[in-house]
Order: sequence, then C-alpha cells, then structure tokens
Amino acid sequence: MHRSRLSAVLAAFVALVVVASGCGVTRDSDDPSNRRLRMMIPNSAGGGYDLTGRAAVRALEDNDLTGRFEVTNVTGASGTVAMQRLLNEEGADDLVMTMGLGVVGAVYTNRSDATPTKMTPIARLIEEQEGILVPADSPFDTIDDLVAAWQDDPESVVVGGGSSPGGPDHLFPHQLAAEVGIDPTDVNYIVYDGGGPLTAALLGEKIDVGMSGLGEFAGQIENGDLRVLAVSGEERLEGIDAPTLTEAGVDLVFTNWRGVLAPPGISDEQIDYLIELFTEMHETDEWQEALADNGWIDSFATGDEFAAFLEEQDRRVADTLKELGLS
Amino acid sequence: MDLLLEGFQQALTPTNLLFACLGVILGTAVGVLPGIGPAMALALLLPVTYSVGPDSAIIMFAGVYYGGMYGGSTTSILLNTPGESSSVVTALEGNKMAKRGRAAQALATAAIGSFIAGTIGTVLLWVLTPRVSDLVVKLGAPSYFALMLLSFIAVTTVLGSSRLRGFIALFLGLAIGLVGTQTGQARLTFGDAKLADGIDVVVVAVAIFAVGEALWVAAHLRRKPLEIIPVGQPWMGKQDWKRSWKPWLRGTAYGFPFGALPAGGAEMPTFLSYVTEKRLTNHPEEFGKGAIEGVAGPEAANNASAAGTMLPLLTLGLPTTATAAIMLSALTSYGIQPGPLLMENESDLVWALLASLLIANTLLLVINLPLAPLWAKLLRIPRPQLYAGILFFACLGAYTVNFQAFDLALLLLFGVLGFAMRRFGIPVLPLIVGVILGPKMEGQLTEALAISGGDVSTLWSEPVAVVVYSVIGLLLTAVAVNGLRRPAPAAPVTTEEKELVER
Repeated sequence: MHRSRLSAVLAAFVALVVVASGCGVTRDSDDPSNRRLRMMIPNSAGGGYDLTGRAAVRALEDNDLTGRFEVTNVTGASGTVAMQRLLNEEGADDLVMTMGLGVVGAVYTNRSDATPTKMTPIARLIEEQEGILVPADSPFDTIDDLVAAWQDDPESVVVGGGSSPGGPDHLFPHQLAAEVGIDPTDVNYIVYDGGGPLTAALLGEKIDVGMSGLGEFAGQIENGDLRVLAVSGEERLEGIDAPTLTEAGVDLVFTNWRGVLAPPGISDEQIDYLIELFTEMHETDEWQEALADNGWIDSFATGDEFAAFLEEQDRRVADTLKELGLS
Repeated sequence: MDLLLEGFQQALTPTNLLFACLGVILGTAVGVLPGIGPAMALALLLPVTYSVGPDSAIIMFAGVYYGGMYGGSTTSILLNTPGESSSVVTALEGNKMAKRGRAAQALATAAIGSFIAGTIGTVLLWVLTPRVSDLVVKLGAPSYFALMLLSFIAVTTVLGSSRLRGFIALFLGLAIGLVGTQTGQARLTFGDAKLADGIDVVVVAVAIFAVGEALWVAAHLRRKPLEIIPVGQPWMGKQDWKRSWKPWLRGTAYGFPFGALPAGGAEMPTFLSYVTEKRLTNHPEEFGKGAIEGVAGPEAANNASAAGTMLPLLTLGLPTTATAAIMLSALTSYGIQPGPLLMENESDLVWALLASLLIANTLLLVINLPLAPLWAKLLRIPRPQLYAGILFFACLGAYTVNFQAFDLALLLLFGVLGFAMRRFGIPVLPLIVGVILGPKMEGQLTEALAISGGDVSTLWSEPVAVVVYSVIGLLLTAVAVNGLRRPAPAAPVTTEEKELVER
C-alpha cells in the first residue's frame, strides 16, 4: 500500500516536472489559440514580477488570444540569470520575459553583459510609486524636515528599503539624495529582505525612514503606525494623504515599472505580433481587474515609446550605480 | 471564548474540513519531497484563491504549512534526505534510529511531538494574539546577532570528541556560506551569476547527508556483508514515551518564541533543542547512534515555530517566513488588508484560521501516525534499489530548489565532500550550522553596524542582547570548568572511525 501511494505521488510529480520543463512547441495552424508561447519570470513564485507576468498570462489564455502559455521562474541574482538566458535564446520566436526596473539595476550590479538594451522591447505594462515612510513618532513631519536633516548630516539618517543594491528601493533614495544636493555615496542605506522585515524595522524604530512601494504597508498606514511623507509619482496616490515630491518642491519623478521583453534578433513580424498580442491583452477585463486588485498603475506603452523609455532608464540606472561604485 | 467557538463552527463545516484535509495531505507530500517547500507549494496554489472563499483557502493554506513542517521529517528519518532546512537536525539522530530498526518510533515521536508542539503553539496563539502588542518588533539586529551567536557557540561546544575535526567542519560550512553577493561584494562566485544568491542550504544538506552516504555505501557494498535492517517494534514503547515528553516540551519552548520573532526562523530553535537534549540526556552514549530525544526535541521545535510565525502575521501583518509572505498575498488578493487592523476588521476569519490550525494539527496526527510503521517498511527495500531511490530523490530535491541543472552539479560536488567527511570522520552538524547561521549572523552584524555608523557599542545596546551575552558568558564558563574537571578523552575516536575499526 505504501509503495503504491509513494509511486502515485512520484508519478504525479514526475509528470509535473516534465510538463514544467518540456519545451515542445507545436504550431499546426494560424489559429492563435493553437500558438504556444513561453514566458520567463526572473524571480520566484509569489514575487512582484511573478504576479505581473502570471496575471498577463491569465488574461491572454482566458480570452483565447494564445494557446497555452508556459511560465517558468528562472531565479538567480535578482534577474541577471534570466536576462542571460534571454540573451542566449537569440532569435527564439516563442519567448518573452517579464522584467522591470530592478532587473535593469541587477544586471549592472552583477556586472553582466546581458543588458536590457540588447533585448527586443515589447511593452511596458504597469508602474508602482515609491513612498517615503516614517514611524508614527518620527521627528519628521514633512518631506522638508527630512530633507533638511538629511542635508545637515547625511549619514545620520538611516534609510531602509526592501530591495538589494540596484533595485527600486535602493535607486530611489540615491536619486532623491542627488536631487537635493547630497552626495549619493553618503546615503546610509540598509537592505531588508522585502516589505515584511522593512515594516518590522520601521515599527521598531530601528531606522529613520523607509522607501518602498506602499502596497505592503496599507494596514499600518491606515492604522496610523506609519506615516507617508511623500510619494514619488507624477500624481498623488488614491487613499494616501501625502503630496508628490514635485508638489513638495523636489524635482524628481521616480516610478518602479514592469514590462515585457523578447530575445534579441527576432523578425519584425514577430515583434509586431507580440506587441499586438500584449495590446489586446491590455484591453481585456481580466487585466483591468488585475490592475485594480493589485493597486498597479496602468502605464501601457509599446514599440518605440517603450524602447526610448527603456534606454533612458538604462542610462539613469547605470549612472546612479556607477556613481556609487556598484557597477 | 465565544469568538473561538464561532471560529470552530466556521472551520468545521464539511467543505472547510475537506479543504483542511486536502491541505494537510498536500503539505505532507510537499514536505516529503525535498526541495519543494511549503512556500513554493502555496505560491503554486495561489490561483485557487480565485475560485474558493477566503476562509476555505486560508484553512487549506494553514494545513499545507503545518503539513510541510511535519512531512520534512519523514525523508530526514527514513532516507537521510532533509526536505527543508528546519528538518536537517532531525536527520542526525532520526536516520540513525531508522538504521537500528527504530524508524517507526522515530516517525511516531516526530508526529506526536509535532502535534503537541503545534497544539501548545496554537493555544499560545489564542491567548496571545488578541493581547500582544508590538513587542516583537522591539528586537533589532543587535539582539538577533546575540541570539545567533548563542546558537552558534552552543553548537560548537558539542563539536564531538575531536575538536579539530569539529572546527574543520565548521569552517567548511562557513566558507560555503560565504558564497554569494549578499553583502554587495561578490565572494567566491567565480564571476558566475548563478552563484550570486549563494548556495541553497537544502542542496548542501541533501548532498552531504544523502549523496555522501550513498557514495559511502556504494564504496563498501562489496566488501561488507549485507546488513539487514531489523524490523523492530511498530509502536513507541513505554521507555520511548518517557524519554520523549520532556524534549517535546522543551522543543516547544524554544520553537514558539523564535517563530514569533521577525528574524527568528525555524532552524535556530532546532539547533538549540538538539544541543540541549544532548546535554540533558540520561543516555549520552546513544547520541550519534540514534537517540530518540534528538528527534523529539527538534521536531517539536520546528512545528512550534510554525505556530509562532502566525503571531506577527495576524497581529501586525508581518510575514516572518516565505510561507507566511505568500499567505499574506493570498489575503490581499481577497481584498483583505493584512496588518494591525486585521483582528478588528476580519475577526471571524482570524478565529476560523486559529481554530483550523488545531484541526490541521489533529488531522496530521490521525493521518500520519498509522502510516509510521508502513513508511518504516520502506527501509526493507534491498540496498542497491533503496540507495538508487535515495539518489533519485536527492537529485529531484536539488533540482526543484531553483529548477537549475547547475544545482545538480553542486549536489554532486558536495556529495563527494560528504563522502570525504565520512571517510575522515568529520562531523556533519557543525558544517550545516556554518552554512545556515554564518550568513545570517553576518547579515545581522552588518545591519547593526551599518545603522550605528560603525559604532561597535550598538551590539550591546538592547536589553535582550545583554541578557543573551550573559547567558553566553555562563555557558562558556561552564564549559571551561567542566573541561578542567574532566580529563580530555585519551584518543579522539569518532563514530565513523569506530565503524571502520569494527569492520
């Protein structure tokens, strides 16, 4: 009995692995629901890229815009491993990868040559604002208080964020510092392993200020345990009583974005096909629902607009990290 | 109390009971398969949240979590292949017990210990959740560093009879733990991005335990008469109960608080529990050869820590483990906002979850206890086939950690190291401790020093840290005094060497 039980579990598992790793691509006709595609996710299941990528795939599959979409999580070095694999699959016409600002930074901090500008840009999907968070009894009441104290003695202000060097929470305080005239190398940035540990550090007043996307902090903000001094986007965030940086007199707009790339060296028809596909995806109800559920800001852009944006981001990230001696 | 009863009412509907059952079975399966942890299983299950109600989903997820914590012990004991880093310590004594024909007892003490620890933990949750304030966030990096140093020193004092071999293992472990770019600098990565995140503990543990042993057995297969593993008794005897109940309680006492701390985790309490049992046991001669205390304590500790994890999750919306983080994102996808207001806004759901934790725990015991003797028969498979199976599981486990063939190469490399360690009688525990605690300690130390701007006095700036340092001082004094009183053993003879001599 035990053996049959074990072998059943095994058989099921082997089947799963085979399905997950198989890459048989069959295209019998032009019917889009027969077309099979693969999507790479550069971090583990449950992470930001994973949620975005899988939401997009669900919207595509449920509306029969494509056949089965095979999603694989290629983890490692904050996305560098996945970018390297995308570069290696040059010319593959059935592959896309979800990525974002953090991956751009990781490629530089890991000194990899698989930079985003070498890939084929398809679409930018969403963006998220960064927020500047302080504990309830922080001496900083406004962003001006923070900037003043920071300019006074940069190293005395301890900044925490949920991403490793090169990630959005790391780039944001450094670009903010540069904007208000502080040498970015003087920023005392502490890396936390995501929103949970960062919340703990803020609530326990171990750090002075936290910079992060606000999704994971909604409970504490509503409760009054944490206060938001400012948000980083062009417009105020719904439900958050805080000015944008530009309203507060700091000339900086910073957003964490996510989008889709394809490997280099694919044909123009293939590029058009993929752009068309994600444009249709963007129109679906499922996608609009996913945006609302996750609090993502729609920032859909394709083709040349996304390409230009990607190039600008790439340069900005490279400059920031070079200044910090991290690339 | 009314709230709790209502919670039970909600959790005991047939549908929810079914989901709890499903979760527990799935969790056990996931725990048994090395490499796939409850976190990954929950992430893959997240889409269910689109089609079932929040109470059912959360109840199932709780079942998967508890089940995973329990299931990890099964392969540790039977196959010497720890499925999760929190069940590595279980393999030390558990597998030795299995080889002496006491697999059923080891599995039973793990199951009952997990049940008791989980139950006590859940009751503590009922009592503490509505009351506890933000106490857990008061501990900062200095306190964590002190706690980790304590575990580290506690384990090093029991390095085994040969200090030199113990330290060799410890430093090997620390060196493996250095790999990666966690500190911002690439160390020992050889410029390969695949090594940038460091080497996963599961890959190292599975390699050293399972692959190392398979190689060892293969090397001796022809020279050694086939050793039949005795069948043994199917159930725990009176003596087993007597030796198990104290470790269960002590393990729980270690596990729960560590689970509740944001940077506590499930590994440290298992180490501390193992060391404590080794010190307190009346059967010191059995440690290293299959002492039941060494299974009972750590297994209770890791389940109690799973219960502890729920405390910051429910009171503050703070996920302290990867699994808890995914449970949070499941809540969010229902539009439920986790955080300090969860208890107020969604008290029905919270109490249903708390009730279902106890139900999941009971189900686990009911399902797994009768299976223990059946599982134990697995060891009667002839050696060549058995070890082929173990190797298969080991590879599967290493591969599923990141779905990268590269990890298989690492598995083989460390497997050879494991073989060499057996050959030269180098103990395994210090190496695993180095791999797990080394990077964590370094992380807390850098965090503490970065916040203070390099001021070392920050390390004793928190009361908890001061208390822990005093405990470390006492421990070291005790060791020194003992060392002076008791003459050192004449010749350091390790178990492996004894085995060699006996052969």
